Amino acid sequence: MAKIASFGAYVPLFRLSRQEMANAWGVPAVPGERAVANADEDSVTMAVAAGSDCLAGIDPSSIDGLYFATTTAPYDEKQCAGVIAAALDLRTDINTADFTGSLRAATTALRAAADAVDSGSAGSILVVAADCRLGEPESMSEQLLGDGAGAVLISKEGPATLRGFASTAGEQLGAWRRSEDRYVRSFEAKAETRYGYIQSAVQVGKTVLEKESVAPSDLAKGVITAGDPRSLGGVARSLGLDRGQLQDILFMSVGNPGVPLVLMMLAGALEQAKAGDTLLVVNNGDGADAFLVELAEDFAPAAGRKGLAGHLSEKRNLPNYTAYAGFRKLMKRDEVDPRGSALTYWRDSNIVLNFHGGRCIKCGTVMYPIPRVCGECATKDQIEEIKLAHTGSVYTFTLDHLDDGKYVNVPVPRLVLDLEGGGRVFLSMTDGDPQEVEIGMSVELTFRRLHEASSFHNYYWKCRPLPAC
Amino acid sequence: MGSMKDKTAIIGVGCTKFGELWEKDAEDLVVDAAFEAMEDAGVTPDDIEATWVGNLYDFTGLSGSVAAEPLKLFGKPTTRVENFCASGMDAFRNACFAVASGAYDVVLACGVEKLMDVGGSGLPVDMGHPVLRGSSAPGLFALAATRSFHEHGWTREDLAHVAVKNHKNGALHPKAHFRQPITLETALGAPMIAWPLGRFDACGMSDGAAALVITRPEIAKKSKHKHDYALTKANALTMHAFLPMYRAAYDWLGFPATVATAKLAYEEAGIKNPAAELDFAEVHDCFTITELLNIQDLQLCERGDAAKFVRDGHADVDGKMPVNPSGGLKCFGHPVGATGCRMLCEVTKQIQGRAEGAQVKNARLGLAHNLGGPGSVSAVTILGLPE
Repeated sequence: MAKIASFGAYVPLFRLSRQEMANAWGVPAVPGERAVANADEDSVTMAVAAGSDCLAGIDPSSIDGLYFATTTAPYDEKQCAGVIAAALDLRTDINTADFTGSLRAATTALRAAADAVDSGSAGSILVVAADCRLGEPESMSEQLLGDGAGAVLISKEGPATLRGFASTAGEQLGAWRRSEDRYVRSFEAKAETRYGYIQSAVQVGKTVLEKESVAPSDLAKGVITAGDPRSLGGVARSLGLDRGQLQDILFMSVGNPGVPLVLMMLAGALEQAKAGDTLLVVNNGDGADAFLVELAEDFAPAAGRKGLAGHLSEKRNLPNYTAYAGFRKLMKRDEVDPRGSALTYWRDSNIVLNFHGGRCIKCGTVMYPIPRVCGECATKDQIEEIKLAHTGSVYTFTLDHLDDGKYVNVPVPRLVLDLEGGGRVFLSMTDGDPQEVEIGMSVELTFRRLHEASSFHNYYWKCRPLPAC
Repeated sequence: MGSMKDKTAIIGVGCTKFGELWEKDAEDLVVDAAFEAMEDAGVTPDDIEATWVGNLYDFTGLSGSVAAEPLKLFGKPTTRVENFCASGMDAFRNACFAVASGAYDVVLACGVEKLMDVGGSGLPVDMGHPVLRGSSAPGLFALAATRSFHEHGWTREDLAHVAVKNHKNGALHPKAHFRQPITLETALGAPMIAWPLGRFDACGMSDGAAALVITRPEIAKKSKHKHDYALTKANALTMHAFLPMYRAAYDWLGFPATVATAKLAYEEAGIKNPAAELDFAEVHDCFTITELLNIQDLQLCERGDAAKFVRDGHADVDGKMPVNPSGGLKCFGHPVGATGCRMLCEVTKQIQGRAEGAQVKNARLGLAHNLGGPGSVSAVTILGLPE
């Protein structure tokens, strides 16, 4: 049976208190705060971050497939899993697919991955899920939603076994967005909770427990997704679970991130789980999925990943709603359209996405981007392609107030970096405070959306300060 | 390698007022500069056998038509030269080769740029790659400033001294973009452009054109400027890394292109000790930090000493090595393709003793230098009077 070999999560650095959002509109505030993706983040970049967290210490070339689940794919026509796989430096002879359309897409992908592993068609598949959904300005859902990503590595080998999959299908009441809608729409919340959410969640949860002969009291945790604590309570009661058995739905800290919620909660549960624990996972959206996760006696959470807890502990508070509105481009502003080229972008994908450099076989110099003729010893075509480290330190920098020919009040830090193990690159910094940049500062690379030149998403790498350990 | 020393001579110079020339187009500027140069040389457009014109941006113009069309130089060759900020000086350099070869007797070198017409803040920077770019021009030179602060202990005040000096000089020049002296406090209090470079660390975004009439010395001896034509003592240009920010071996404490070009130029001119033998220099100062680093790379002072050199007044017009008596790019302005030719006009007039702005005393041997890229191209020309 398919196992979970690893897991990961990502929460964007920025949080906005719901009180600030309420103040902006003069409406009542929901308690807590929500996570807000930076202006250069989207579901693809966050999926890369969660995938990278999941693969900490794992050779990416050992992965046989990548499934991406989201309802906010940056492209309607063009696969996103391929971009994510390249940024994670996976092999190219793998199966990639996007699972989309439903808030349940993450468990649909997870089940497909488990089936592929069980059938023997793949040894391991990385499932990543991310969303960056928009609630209508001033609405309650604007406060309730949050941005984030989760990942899980499904494999033949691993410390946690998946079993007892159950699903329910059919037309359900829930949230929707037509292709022309920017904001999440929904019908009367009470009706949706009762007939859309609770009914389907309870149905699949009961099915799993009954067919696997597991009593609710045997469960260490119920990883049950929900948009709010009250509807979760309804499901838990019907399934016979105590409040203490319920995994945090991240309502107060992240908000409802949509598709990735189930994988983020699963990461949170696995970080706290003990050997021998059994978890019930129930995920909802246009029907529901449920399954059990059984932790082996030798289960121990792997080191090296930041995980959900690590990401929740790092945050910067946005000062006000305007900052959020700027990130999500809620105000229409003039856009600069720099020159782009889909052809150049494709041809250079090994340096742009995979972030490979070159090493001169003759003189040993590590170079980026990869030249034909060595920049130091001028030898022709003796450059071997190598992986570059994703961490480095600042050699020199500027805080640039000119961005694509526009004067900006908050400068963009542009950093010349010496990468660990060789190679010098020139990247913009994101997330961090420009005034804290200094020579020698340690940074890590982060995959972001640079601009929209030639009307496609020009993804590339930026860097951000490494939190002081 | 052969030498161009004393093989060509400048017999006429012309330069427009630099600045925000809203009412003029590139045609006006080329016509004004070229006709001033021809008048200075005592020649007419009929006497010009070939032309080289430097300009960087396509919105200023493309092809030899940039000069041939406004001057109606039809039926003879004109070549457009683009080599970043060295475009104008490279136009001059190629014109010199043609004259020295004997192919032509009298040629025109000119440069022009019309930056106002494109709008926006700062020079357009487009490396041509969708994602491997990401900085403004000041941002790239600021990288050198940050590292120099770190290594040499230089400060923003050291940079401000360069701005104050060049504004003092430029204020005296009727053709300079900016005509106001500034104080250290003004320079230091200006808004940031790309830390640590503020507004007064950056040169002007200017329109302008400049032109030179070039011939061989034996013809110059019969020209209007038979006693004071400017002899080309050296004429060098080298290239270095296009994307220095990706080069691990680069220390950001100077520009290898300037170092290499200066070495070639001094060898060609037979100069052993440039700090002692040169009387003054027009040095590329697109930013204040650029002037400091170039002063060192041109061997006008010791490495690490440039800030003190300027602070102590050695680069003033009455100092031991006047740097940018015209006001430099900083104050005179920097219409990119025109700048190299503008500097050569300035050096010519200085050694002729007819500087339009601050005159350097006993100026007989002067240097003009460009740097572009940053650091991917540098040009150095040395001009002197005939014996």
